[in-house]
Amino acid sequence: MSTATETIVASGGRVRRTPGSPRARQERRAGYAFVSPWLVGFVVLTAGPMVASLYLSFTDYNLFSAPRLVGIENYSRLLSDPNFLQAAKVTGLYVLIGTPVKLVSALAVAMLLNNSRRGQGFYRSAFYLPSLIGGSVSIAIVWKAMFIDNGIVAQIGSFFGGPPAAAGGWVGDPDRTLPMLILLTVWQFGAPMVIFLAGLKQVPAELYEAAEVDGAGPVRRFLSITIPMLSPVLFFNLLLETIHAFQIFNSAFIISNGSGGPAGSTLFYTLYLYLRGFRDFQMGYASAMAWVLVVVVGIVTVIMFRTSNAWVHYSGDER
Amino acid sequence: MTATHTPTTQRPTERTLTTQGPEPTDRATSAKLRSQARRRGRLRSILFHAFSLLVLAVILYPALWMLMSSFKPSADIIGSVSLIPTNGSFDNYLTALKGIGGISFWTFAANSLVLALASVLGVVVSCSITAYAFARTDFPGRRVMFACMIATMLLPFHVVIIPQYIVFNQLGMINTYWPLLLGKFLAADAFFVFLMIQFIRGLPRELDEAATIDGAGHGRIFFSVILPLMKPALVTSSIFAFIWSWNDFFGPLLYLKTPSTYTMPLALRLYVDQTTTSDYGAQMAMAILALLPVLLFFLAFQRYLVGGVATQGLKG
Repeated sequence: MSTATETIVASGGRVRRTPGSPRARQERRAGYAFVSPWLVGFVVLTAGPMVASLYLSFTDYNLFSAPRLVGIENYSRLLSDPNFLQAAKVTGLYVLIGTPVKLVSALAVAMLLNNSRRGQGFYRSAFYLPSLIGGSVSIAIVWKAMFIDNGIVAQIGSFFGGPPAAAGGWVGDPDRTLPMLILLTVWQFGAPMVIFLAGLKQVPAELYEAAEVDGAGPVRRFLSITIPMLSPVLFFNLLLETIHAFQIFNSAFIISNGSGGPAGSTLFYTLYLYLRGFRDFQMGYASAMAWVLVVVVGIVTVIMFRTSNAWVHYSGDER
Repeated sequence: MTATHTPTTQRPTERTLTTQGPEPTDRATSAKLRSQARRRGRLRSILFHAFSLLVLAVILYPALWMLMSSFKPSADIIGSVSLIPTNGSFDNYLTALKGIGGISFWTFAANSLVLALASVLGVVVSCSITAYAFARTDFPGRRVMFACMIATMLLPFHVVIIPQYIVFNQLGMINTYWPLLLGKFLAADAFFVFLMIQFIRGLPRELDEAATIDGAGHGRIFFSVILPLMKPALVTSSIFAFIWSWNDFFGPLLYLKTPSTYTMPLALRLYVDQTTTSDYGAQMAMAILALLPVLLFFLAFQRYLVGGVATQGLKG
């Protein structure tokens, strides 16, 4: 489809072997042979379905009768759908609060562990464990059991003089389900922490020494050395964690038993999309929702990349 | 303890002492200062470990609570902050192992295992081939394809599931594992491809060149030179592929409708749905059993796992 443009882009600015020579042809053939599994997968499982869902988003389709074109009706209905607005709000809050808190926790613990004391490997692995299991159904069930009714969270809360647990505990309280799920994602700070720690190891010690000679205190050293030197890693973590946060599903599904309740407080975007698509079989509407998500995530990604020039500092040959 | 002896340590206070402290006039003062610094270093070390362990205890408490609750009678679980079971027993596990609705626990375990092992096979084969294409061959369109591959890492996959579901449904593949495995065999997990590309790029080009001089083509170079050297990347990818497949909930939720085809996470969810809400003990036992392979992998391969995460971020 776009092979012509691809060739131009790919060969642009680069001197390659004379295209006609047998060596070059052999090289090209080998390259395509090796890339073909991925290429087939990309076309069949990603590019094709993306185009298809864009088309479906302009139709009314329930899996059983043929799709019927309805123009932009799905999109315009979204704006007046209270559940959609609720899903957008809950997900937005989750992304805006959960991601920064998670990354700050990750950075704080990474700073704590970044020294030459013994046991670092142990701490690193132990703090990483929640990231490995946190997305599982098992942990969602445990989380629910901890926060439900007069469970241990309510007990600890009342021990510290908190208000008595309402019926259902945090799980049944629309104002507390979001904090509960944010705690679950913050609990999984280990993966970004490991990445921060690897980044901290690469900051040259001479920089700190020089800054100290110049009389910079710990806060100044953190702001003027650690943060700029760590900014590529910070950017990477921020980007990936934000995109992941948009797609929260498992925990919300398990904790609300697939309903998004109570009072829509766990009706996250992908959960609502799932319910529309696979419970109500409104494939057109769900496709429109999926495309709105892609566009929003795309805009967020572009904004991050654009603004990154201002605060992400690539030193030496890192890029 | 070792830290106190290394002058290159990054901790500021010790250097403050050596660079800005009073110039030692004789050996006695210098020795006194050194022992003072050592004592302070040791105290600091103890404080560090005490604090780190405290944070760790808070963080790992939910996991420990889950484990210990699985040995408690159901009535003792919800409100009990304590980790020590008073009437500890394996009863919950015996209940969980009985299975659900006439389907044995082992059926679910076997389903998950088959799916996870097949995923590992698919990822290792397809992603290593793809990574070689991007890292070591040159062809028109390579850069654009590379950009597309990276973009799929950022793409919310929900935009492809509806058409995929429609097609798999029409092909009669609901209740089979094909929809869950096809992507694994077509290198759809860009994370693994990227991890392997980074690894191959780290291998010296001279190896390929030597092989080329010996008359080897790309096929030979890949199988005889690169693939054997890629073992660490393949191990890391295999572990992650296994764990992610084992924990996957959304895919099986979409495609597996008959309980006999259920994987562990689906079975667990069914279990929570079906048992009376008071049977928390069996739920906890089942939750532990569902996580067991993941925990074993973690204990055995934590270095690979943590290392894999670290490189992923650094090269990004």
